[in-house]
Amino acid sequence: MHAAVIVFPGSNCDRDLAVALEKAGAKVSMVWHKDTDMPHGVDFIGVPGGFSFGDYLRCGAIAANSPICRSVKAHAERGGYVFGVCNGFQILTETGLLPGVLLRNAALKYICKPVGLRVETSDSIYTGGYAKGQVITVPIAHHDGNYNVDAENLARLKAEDRIAFTYTDNPNGSVADIAGVLSENRRVLGMMPHPERMAEALHGNAEGATLFAHAVNQLVHA
Amino acid sequence: MKARVHVMLKNGVLDPQGEAVRHALGSLGFGGVEKVRQGKVIELDLAETDEAAARDTVTAMCEKLLANTVIESYSVELI
Repeated sequence: MHAAVIVFPGSNCDRDLAVALEKAGAKVSMVWHKDTDMPHGVDFIGVPGGFSFGDYLRCGAIAANSPICRSVKAHAERGGYVFGVCNGFQILTETGLLPGVLLRNAALKYICKPVGLRVETSDSIYTGGYAKGQVITVPIAHHDGNYNVDAENLARLKAEDRIAFTYTDNPNGSVADIAGVLSENRRVLGMMPHPERMAEALHGNAEGATLFAHAVNQLVHA
Repeated sequence: MKARVHVMLKNGVLDPQGEAVRHALGSLGFGGVEKVRQGKVIELDLAETDEAAARDTVTAMCEKLLANTVIESYSVELI
């Protein structure tokens, strides 16, 4: 399984994401934002956390209009897998691949701490290694993680079982406690918490590693 | 020609920064501030000299980049 991890100026979780994917058995290529094409044969694209382009204008807005993002969109539109974490989630909402938007945290504070996440669906390559309803502990580190979506889209997300994770104790004001959402075809996931930072025993626990192991394993056998 | 773009959160979208400013104004003794909404002003210097064409171009810029129309509204002023 061949994964690409996009690197923007200001990305700071790109190496962590690459290491987590490699440990799960993926071959990983780092792809610079000015590139226009993905390496040949990429099955999976990771959009990492960080502060791409200094969060100028809006978080993720400049990255979403960078040359490589046209290729990320094309990959998703062909039915490819795309996984965005934190700033990566913000970028995916800005590209329109995922509904909604991430606003400033309700308490206006940057929050960096482990949080409880409830797995709301196990119907995706990302969440299939967990049981529905299982609670895992994964860190968040963001200033703009307050997920907002209009009532109509929220009803759709619920009806289509596309809410991947919710917070057990909402830290940022997100509507319906949402921490991560899936695309209509369930192949694009965006989430604010960082599973790649809870991916080996040294991190405190390895509950995030299950996500990468399951995703890579599913694609290897696809 | 210059254009000035105002970007504001749409009505109904919670504006925690505006709320924080309202609280701070209250604690400074400015009573009677019922609501504060915070937005952005973006000024553009354009080579275009035709007003209608400039308005169309800046509107396209707003739709594509300057505003996130999921939560923000914008207005274009030519100056």
